[in-house]
Amino acid sequence: MTKTITDVICPFCGTLCDDVEVIVSDDGKKLLEVNNACVIGTEKFLHSQAKDRVTRPRMHQEDGSWKEVSYDEAVEYTAQMLAKARKPLMYGWSSTNCEAQSVGNEIAELSRACCDNTAAVCHGTTLIALQDEGLPSCTLGEVKNRADRVIFWGCNPAHAHPRHMSRYSIFPRGFFTGKGQMSRKLIVVDPRTTDTAKMADIHLQVEQGRDYELLNALRVALRGEWLPDEVAGISAEKIREAADILKSGRFGIIFFGMGVTQSISKNHNIDEAIALTKDLNEHTKFSIMPMRGHYNVTGSGEVFAWQFGFPYAVDLTRGFARYNPGDTSSIDLLTRGEIDAMFTIGSDPGAHFPISAVKPIANLPSVCIDPHLTPTSGVSKLHVPVAFNGVETGGNCYRMDNVPIDCRKVVEPPEGMLTDEQFLTKVRDRLKELKGVA
Amino acid sequence: MAEYLIKNGHVFDPVQGIKGDKADVAIKDGKIVDKVGSSAKVIDAKGMTVMAGAVEIHSHIAGPKVNLGRIYRPEDKLFSCTPTHGMERMGGGASIPTTFKTGYEYAKMGYTTAMEAAMPPLFSRHVHEEIRDTPIIDEGAYPVLGNNWFVLEYLRNHEVENTAAYIAWLLKVTKGYAVKVVNPGGTEAWAWGLNCLSIHDPVPYFDITPAQIVRGLIEANEYLGLPHSMHIHPNDLGNPGCYQTTLDTLALAEGLKTHNKFGREQVMHLTHTQFHSYKGTNWADFESGAKEVTDYVNAHKNITIDTGNVTLDETTTMTADGPFEHHLTGLNHLKWANVDVELETAAGVVPYIYSPNISVCAIQWAIGLEIPLMMKDGMRCYITTDHPNAGPFTRYPRVFKWLMSTKAREAQINAFKHKDKVLSQTSIGSLDREITFYELAQMTRAGPAKSLGLSAICGGLKPGMEADVAVYNIDPDKPIANPDDIEKAFSRCAAVFKSGVQVVSNGEIVSNGHKRTLWVDVKTKENAQVKRDISEKFVKYYSVTQNNYEALGHHFVPNPFAIEVDATQV
Repeated sequence: MTKTITDVICPFCGTLCDDVEVIVSDDGKKLLEVNNACVIGTEKFLHSQAKDRVTRPRMHQEDGSWKEVSYDEAVEYTAQMLAKARKPLMYGWSSTNCEAQSVGNEIAELSRACCDNTAAVCHGTTLIALQDEGLPSCTLGEVKNRADRVIFWGCNPAHAHPRHMSRYSIFPRGFFTGKGQMSRKLIVVDPRTTDTAKMADIHLQVEQGRDYELLNALRVALRGEWLPDEVAGISAEKIREAADILKSGRFGIIFFGMGVTQSISKNHNIDEAIALTKDLNEHTKFSIMPMRGHYNVTGSGEVFAWQFGFPYAVDLTRGFARYNPGDTSSIDLLTRGEIDAMFTIGSDPGAHFPISAVKPIANLPSVCIDPHLTPTSGVSKLHVPVAFNGVETGGNCYRMDNVPIDCRKVVEPPEGMLTDEQFLTKVRDRLKELKGVA
Repeated sequence: MAEYLIKNGHVFDPVQGIKGDKADVAIKDGKIVDKVGSSAKVIDAKGMTVMAGAVEIHSHIAGPKVNLGRIYRPEDKLFSCTPTHGMERMGGGASIPTTFKTGYEYAKMGYTTAMEAAMPPLFSRHVHEEIRDTPIIDEGAYPVLGNNWFVLEYLRNHEVENTAAYIAWLLKVTKGYAVKVVNPGGTEAWAWGLNCLSIHDPVPYFDITPAQIVRGLIEANEYLGLPHSMHIHPNDLGNPGCYQTTLDTLALAEGLKTHNKFGREQVMHLTHTQFHSYKGTNWADFESGAKEVTDYVNAHKNITIDTGNVTLDETTTMTADGPFEHHLTGLNHLKWANVDVELETAAGVVPYIYSPNISVCAIQWAIGLEIPLMMKDGMRCYITTDHPNAGPFTRYPRVFKWLMSTKAREAQINAFKHKDKVLSQTSIGSLDREITFYELAQMTRAGPAKSLGLSAICGGLKPGMEADVAVYNIDPDKPIANPDDIEKAFSRCAAVFKSGVQVVSNGEIVSNGHKRTLWVDVKTKENAQVKRDISEKFVKYYSVTQNNYEALGHHFVPNPFAIEVDATQV
């Protein structure tokens, strides 16, 4: 007999679908089948069952080979590394739960570390814009129940957030949107004809890197002022048409992704997008929401904020929290060579940071806590595999709209494996001993 | 547990009617007791003031909008960071301190219980995660219900019993404490960019008025017999002339009687009254309506209020009154954040600078002080700053100073740029009342505890109550030479005990205590219709499933203190 577990939360992207069904073996040890999840989410669940999975910590040897060590030895190495370091960087946090993040923050405080999450290479610019301009936003259920105007700007949910459109933004029939897709106008802004763009009522094929100009032109069009014949590769006529569509809706939303946050102009693009949203609120109701990537990058920002006061790029080296992106952010710290120990958890800077920031990691005392083999685990001195969060252990996570959802454990981890939280708790306790703190 | 004897202090305890007499307070096993053994640790409180731990009835200290404030205001941390220190984790933030700093600051001022005033039910887990990380003080949270679709649909047909059954369910799944109403109907209207400014403005689509919502929620609250009453932030907050809507709202409680076993006497608590007591027609002829509002409240015993004192600081406003924050950003052009929450509520956040050089801010300051000075019964008027809306809670000692000293008030009035306007538009200049230590104990301890239905547990020093005790280094028998001494004494306690554990000594944190989460567990009759309605709303309209809605277990509420209510016999 098999068992079906319902209402399972998918630990992949910021959409944080919570209607997944998982079928497990009678003894709860094997995960057999995944229903309702997208192809990426399904793979995330099934990947935990891989036969060749690393289940014990490993130390990188001089000759490049790996030697298996016990969790206790891994705790000792990590605690010693953090105790000795003068400016350790503790990076990642986006693919683990808030419980682990919370213990991690205690460790960071004890070791006076720099703490950062994956917003560093993703929506960090959004956070800076939010600090400039504010952010009129809403929960995803509001979009489902009310939105009749939807913009996807510099994002491609058809591939990156596959169930976003069916659960919240385009297809669902909500309370005031009984006709589903028919009740919504979709505008996609993207230089490429993506699968999302193909579904749009209007595809504004903006010239690459000209998002700021187009956002600004939309604000001009809203006010009915003069526009040149063409802005950012789009005709004035089309811009005015788009502005009229936005204005005439009852409830609209702009979703935006890394096409605007990490292309030229960065946070200034988002400043302008937020300003456009505010302007639209003079005509109708409008919101804006970042399409957060990792399933709990939002949660990491929240936990940092209520414990330290800042959402990312937090520097605790002076004994209190400082925040100055560009100075205290991971890539900058690494490329300037200011870091003397690297602690990575729940993310893969090796694959996503510029090579100039990855190289220093290979020369530093370093720990990578991750269930997978990644480029980061490959360059780190110590790799600590842990149970899959959201599959082999539960824990709280925050969806892209900041709604907290408590993940579920569906199967047992391989025997003897620790969770992030368990491993970090051991490190914290050992670090307290080393530092002589009660 | 250690025993303590606080000797020779001047005790102020409205619960027992003690007005500054020299008395000893004995603590054993976490409770106040008649006497302790000779081995008890003695705290010499000679020449000091002893009161129960203070009770905060309305403050925004945990949850999504508070944290949004922290995230989007890095500038609030400038010059306000506190390093790791002794027992204390590092902290930061002036108007929106981090959770650790929030707990320490309250405790150092002698506060031992605090209520988070607006919890969006969908975000209850977030609220509870922050409550868990706020050390020392006991906390509860009020779920917001005034714009909730279930409530709007039931009360449209005046289905009080169904509303009550839904409230009982919601308190249980969100681990909530009381029924909070913010801009009834207006916040739902805000989802379309609209508002309800009077109690008779219809709510778009739902075919109900704010008056029906308020009246129905009072009835549902009393049907269940909850510890606290319906707690309201009325329509039309913060606009010149809004006192009329406030009086209309208060009149909705007329003739309604309470029904509870917690010793609570009111059926409505009006919060941050200062923001709802404005006369005039625009910002130029803006004037105080404190007299009209307090006259009404003085004459109606079934209402309690809190003040919402403006402290003349730079702060961060945040409220579930979404349309108000949009209005405010239009006035001050500072950054605006908003979150609409599906089926339930909304919230907005805007920074605000209450400048003593702006006449409206100075008049707001005066109105906030007029209200407690005009209220006859200290047991029905509680001091708040609606933290952080009118000012940060860390300014309570300064508010106490203004209330307890006409000299301090005069000094502030003389410092205003538009002094004449303050005097002509308010009656602050003619009020010579000074709040006494005993009245202060009513307004910050016994009163709020009674209003919350906690009068058997906290807010007093009667044997059997929780040993929440604050010792202030000020002698009430000596004339106060300098009003600043009041502020200084109430800022940092000589000693504070929370449930029998000494948490503060000489203004320093010495223990993180055993903080608890207060919530109300109501048992009701099985109600099949409400059960079905709840499951239908989750299937069709929520973006999470019903099974993923509840704040469960050790992580969110590690140390619960459930107050049980049996409503099965109603």
